[in-house]
Amino acid sequence: MRPAHLLAAAGTVLVSLSALSACGKDDDGGSAGKAGAITVTATDSTCEVGAKSGAAGATTFKVTNKGSQVNELEILAPDGRIVSERENIGPGTGAEITVTLSAGTYKILCSAGMTGKGPSQAFTVTGKGKATDPRLDAAVAAYRVYIGQQVDDTLAKTKRFAESVKKGDVAGAKAEFAPSRFGWEAIEPVAESFGDIDPKVDTREADLEQGQKWTGWHQIEKALWKTGSLQGEGVYADQLVQEIEILKQRVGTASITATSMANGAKELLDEVATGKITGEEDTFSHTDLSDFKANVEGAQKAFELLKPVVQERDAGLATDLTEEFAKVSQLLDKYKKGDGYVSYDTVGKAQRKELSDEVNALSEPLSKLAGVVAK
Amino acid sequence: MSGVTEATGSTGSAVSRRRLLGYSGATLVVGAAAGAGLASVAEAQDKTGDGEAVPFFGAHQSGIATPVQDRLHFAAFDVVTDERDRLVRMLKDWTACAAALTAGHPYGSAAGGLPESPPDDTGEALGLPPSRLTITVGFGPTLFDKDGKDRFGLKARRPAALIDLPHFAGDNLTPDRTGGDICVQACADDPQVAVHAIRNLARIGFGVVAVRWSQLGFGKTSSTTPDQQTPRNLFGFKDGTRNISGDEHEALDKYVWASAKDGAAWMNGGSYLVARRIRMHIETWDRTSLKEQQDVFGRTKGEGNPYGAKREHDVVPLAKLPADSHVRLAHPDSNGGLRILRRGYSFTDGTDGLGRLDAGLFFIAYQRDPRTQFVVLQSRLAASDHMNEYVEHVGSAIFACPPGVRKGGHWGETLFT
Repeated sequence: MRPAHLLAAAGTVLVSLSALSACGKDDDGGSAGKAGAITVTATDSTCEVGAKSGAAGATTFKVTNKGSQVNELEILAPDGRIVSERENIGPGTGAEITVTLSAGTYKILCSAGMTGKGPSQAFTVTGKGKATDPRLDAAVAAYRVYIGQQVDDTLAKTKRFAESVKKGDVAGAKAEFAPSRFGWEAIEPVAESFGDIDPKVDTREADLEQGQKWTGWHQIEKALWKTGSLQGEGVYADQLVQEIEILKQRVGTASITATSMANGAKELLDEVATGKITGEEDTFSHTDLSDFKANVEGAQKAFELLKPVVQERDAGLATDLTEEFAKVSQLLDKYKKGDGYVSYDTVGKAQRKELSDEVNALSEPLSKLAGVVAK
Repeated sequence: MSGVTEATGSTGSAVSRRRLLGYSGATLVVGAAAGAGLASVAEAQDKTGDGEAVPFFGAHQSGIATPVQDRLHFAAFDVVTDERDRLVRMLKDWTACAAALTAGHPYGSAAGGLPESPPDDTGEALGLPPSRLTITVGFGPTLFDKDGKDRFGLKARRPAALIDLPHFAGDNLTPDRTGGDICVQACADDPQVAVHAIRNLARIGFGVVAVRWSQLGFGKTSSTTPDQQTPRNLFGFKDGTRNISGDEHEALDKYVWASAKDGAAWMNGGSYLVARRIRMHIETWDRTSLKEQQDVFGRTKGEGNPYGAKREHDVVPLAKLPADSHVRLAHPDSNGGLRILRRGYSFTDGTDGLGRLDAGLFFIAYQRDPRTQFVVLQSRLAASDHMNEYVEHVGSAIFACPPGVRKGGHWGETLFT
């Protein structure tokens, strides 16, 4: 839990340690070395920032922990609120934070032992960057928590799914297939931002490139529903779990802004429109409606977090989105069966048209969200 | 709501209306438009001074008596909301959009808006002339009464003339090409301009309406100007020689424009549209002898003269035409002088999966009262027309097209207020 004075300006958002505990363990992968990143070197007693000032706009800090204690990096606004932070930066590891800064003097703080206190250095931002709304920072922080939860959920369920696959338990694995994907689907745009993970876990057979080895959920899906044999699938199940574990380690380093949250929400509905409505996503299991629900839920979460700002800037849009999210959920509820949804191959043409119309009804206003947030 | 006109009608619409209004579009802010875009508005007006734009506002909707353009994109929509206010709000937005597009302007910003937002206008008509674009709207029976449900409080206002079309002999209608709560007929000399219009209206309508079916048309099959050559349909024949011209004011008043006296005051100056997707059995037709082809029509294939006459436009000696010929059965003189205004287009939607051309006539007719016009003619044709061997009606719809939009008004204003 953070000291109260730091949280006051950030409103109701409490950043849970466990949710962000994955952050920053591994930063020597593909996302490292962003051009123009400002280096921060943390030790147990120092915090050296590679620059004293910078221009307004998107700024990336690349922190390395050279101390012996677990560290934490905080970017503090001139008024003392936390603009962004990374926790659980283990000794010898690093992390990146991208934030949007406007003119003013910020504090870059390293907190060995993650007490919220520690050495800091001033960082002066000049130029005409747009002032950021503290409510948007709060939304991003809360969305990070949500992402952490979804990754935890998908990892736990994927592990169970993998166990069943390895035991050769076809019925068990079939039941666990769709739930294992739910968390992944809910945060798909963020998950996909790690370009190397997505192709290994979520490629559909029809999308394979020449020479590409097929791995991931859909490979196992085909074995389960098409051939009905799990012979030799264990290796794929293990790999799937490994990849989701890598996602868990890296997801904290994802660059997320209020605008990218809004765009991500729109992209989630794009996923529904192009993959789920057509039944292409889960072509063997026909569990498309579960993925559909996950996509919608992830988009709705982003919207709900941004809503206070949207409400103020464009009340009509807030109303429309609230209504349409409710409508699409109601419509999906009609297809609920047990803990999941009916098989999509039982959903007729007229019903698919109705779903498609509702997706259009939601997606069109949703495409306006980023513009309103970026205003 | 005079803002609609000022923002997008008489002064042009080079200013992004959406940007001014915010997303909801419910409140019109006009003052801001004046300062923001004066120069570009003036420029845009000059560009449309070349006669290529058809006036949008007027007593009657354009796209009915307007000289027929080369291309069609017709769309039928289902209303997917139960909220009357949202429907009216959309009709106002549609009106503003149509006023801009028919003048040759984008609706809002096509390329210069916020980088984080999708452009207001989809942009494919940028730089193209107005192309005589007309956009015509109509309301179907199900808007007034859907399965006994009075969704929008309009049931009592359904005109008697807006009937549910009866089944005609030979009809083989498919539900996804039939009916609709609202229709939009977009006609232009450039197909990209017509498609752009439907695409942008559909986009504005998401959440309120959903496209039920749509039809592209080319090769107008009738003219509404006397000096235009009568076009040929996909059978290779001239058809609709005695169509009503846009300048036959008496005939238009008698056969096309509805009057308050007819019962529904809100339809005064409007017209009833019947659309039929008529599939032609192209391959069998093409194997038919010239003589039988000509007998089917009752006229020659080359000149188009009726049997017993020399030229296309000569008086038709009806008795000289086969009794089951199309021209004889459909001719006004066989029907007590009855006329309709035809505005149909040929269509080809690729092939049908059996290697046969999916082609035919997308028949559009405007009239004052379908009960005494289209239904009478079609009953007669369905029963006896020799042509029935070669055609099949696979789609059908009827709509009440309200009168034209006055400046400052909106589509459906007379119905919804």
